[in-house]
Amino acid sequence: MSADVDLDNVSIRFGEFTAVKNATLKIKGGEFFSILGPSGCGKTTLLRAVSGFLDPSEGEIRIGAKSMVGIGPNKRPTALIFQNLALFPLMTVAENIGYGLRVRGVSRADRDRKVAELLKLVALPDQGHKRISELSGGQKQRVAIARALAVEPQVLLLDEPLSALDLRLRQHMRNELRAIQQRVGITFIYITHDQGEALTMSDRVAVMNTGVIEQVGDGRSVYDDPRTRFVASFVGENNGFDGTVVSTDAVHAVIDTSVGRLTGRRSEGLGPGVKATIFIRPEAFRIVNGADKAQIEATVTAQAFEGNATQLFLKGTGDKAITILLSRREDAGDVAVGRTVGITYTAKDAVILPAEAAP
Amino acid sequence: MKPLSAALIFGLPIVVLCAFIAMALIDARRHMGPGTPSFIQRNGWPVSIYLIAAVGIWMFVLIVFPQLYMVDYSFHPKLPPAARGGERDVYTLGNYRYFLFGSSTSSDSWNTTHLTAFWTTIVTSALITLLNFAICYPLAYFLAQVAKPGAVRLIMLLLIIPYWVNELLRAFAFGILFGTGGLLNKLLLAAGILSVPIDFIGRDIALYAGLTYAYLLLMMFPLYNAIEALDRNQVEAARDLGAPWWLIHLNVVMPFAKPGIASGCTLVFMLSAGALAAPLVLGGPKTLWFTPIVYDRFYQAFNWNQGSAYAIILMLACVAFVLLVMRLFKVSFTEIAR
Repeated sequence: MSADVDLDNVSIRFGEFTAVKNATLKIKGGEFFSILGPSGCGKTTLLRAVSGFLDPSEGEIRIGAKSMVGIGPNKRPTALIFQNLALFPLMTVAENIGYGLRVRGVSRADRDRKVAELLKLVALPDQGHKRISELSGGQKQRVAIARALAVEPQVLLLDEPLSALDLRLRQHMRNELRAIQQRVGITFIYITHDQGEALTMSDRVAVMNTGVIEQVGDGRSVYDDPRTRFVASFVGENNGFDGTVVSTDAVHAVIDTSVGRLTGRRSEGLGPGVKATIFIRPEAFRIVNGADKAQIEATVTAQAFEGNATQLFLKGTGDKAITILLSRREDAGDVAVGRTVGITYTAKDAVILPAEAAP
Repeated sequence: MKPLSAALIFGLPIVVLCAFIAMALIDARRHMGPGTPSFIQRNGWPVSIYLIAAVGIWMFVLIVFPQLYMVDYSFHPKLPPAARGGERDVYTLGNYRYFLFGSSTSSDSWNTTHLTAFWTTIVTSALITLLNFAICYPLAYFLAQVAKPGAVRLIMLLLIIPYWVNELLRAFAFGILFGTGGLLNKLLLAAGILSVPIDFIGRDIALYAGLTYAYLLLMMFPLYNAIEALDRNQVEAARDLGAPWWLIHLNVVMPFAKPGIASGCTLVFMLSAGALAAPLVLGGPKTLWFTPIVYDRFYQAFNWNQGSAYAIILMLACVAFVLLVMRLFKVSFTEIAR
């Protein structure tokens, strides 16, 4: 069974410091929901409030429409997977997984059955007798997931559980977590600073910065249609050019920057004379031949071959650093370091955001 | 001295020393590659000689020889100096027999006084150990996991400072505190809780309190060190999985702190069973703690042989207790010494 999680204007303060400011979220039952933000942005604090280890200073948290005020972590329908997993080192794998059932007084036979079932779910059949220290990083991960699922929570909370794994295993566990979530069908709230994780696994992502949730949406909309400068620069690579708006129409705005006059999709709060920034993704750029077609002229300072693509580092007017990403199909071979090239993009791939935070 | 005694006293240390060297060699062979420098190569001659001599003197001159002498003593009868080494100086179990059955001229079948004192000492020491654990565990948990660093330093200081006062003085202070006309009785009388003062000393309450207090820190520090190493997330994980607070302690904190618990318990037990000052000062007129009896064997009865036998009996009981605790807690020596 899954449950909705509602955060209603939640603020969390530690003395003078506000860790979470007016967070309002409606997480639907059965959703894989990620909270993405840099370290120290308050995402872990928010998660601890949902799990019950912290009380919000203001606002209310509801799980399955039921207010969680005054309900401790051991009484909530949530289970938390800790960043360091916090498996019990003195218990076996099976004892770890069965612990939540043991403290609920579930009989040994029922417990054993459930543990065997969960071990199968996380692809560790017949490993119950092993000690935690005998497991690899990925196996520990799975045991932690099984231990949390054993108590049949309606909401599973995950606090950057993949951060300790190496890259290949992390990518593998992403798929596995997603698959497990779809199999058990409960609500997952996933905390991460890794935008790749958030985008690949989640149904929806909330991007958080300095205690404030700046944008909520599915991965595509957060990536393609950032609403704030922070979201634009934190989610994925981006090139930002500061400037002043020259003109606007219903869809587009034109902005004067150090590298020239550029056009992009407009956002709210823009008008002639307003300080703003145009964000253009590295992959939105193409190299063009012929200076008349180029929107920006820049000199190549370095290249990085990444296998499936090549990154070019350029320097535009006023030493403005620009990164562009050329896919394998475009030939990057002849772009030698030191050459001046013309680059171009399509206006629909650029977004212009005002310098001050949107109202 | 008989040749057998001499062989025992000088031969055993050599055997022990040889065993140590052999252990070191085997260990070196097992754990170090052929290229690893030897002990002397690593430390140089002067330091090596100092280390070996210092540890050797400490081990043998200060620990092994005196203890072996005591063992030897305990199997000899009490004799005037002139008769020692003579015909009557034979090996005998008489001193141990005395502990169990008393004087051969006594009409009682058992040496009830000494046996009762011995038994009381062991049982009471075990109870004091338990009491100490009950007092220290919550405090150690609080200090190690909950309290802020500033508070920890302050509380630690408050715990340590009273121990700057020497043990005998502390015992007398407890005597004054718990006396019939002492502070505690005065307070209870003034508060109207009592109408007649309680004889805390006669009822041994003062003794138990004094002993508990005397070794509090020896329980406190091993517990604190062990619990401090516990990852806070473990406690939170158990709580998140639905465990009530007492199960968290029973299933997560205590198993983790087991080496510290075993270490604290054995220290407190050994020291309270062997305590002398507190029982002498705080013991009621009817109290018979075993250590004052041992003391009396030496300095009242001037029977060093019997005293040695009694001391060895106490030591063996303590060692047995430690081994029992280690078996119960399933911990090894290296874990205790951690």
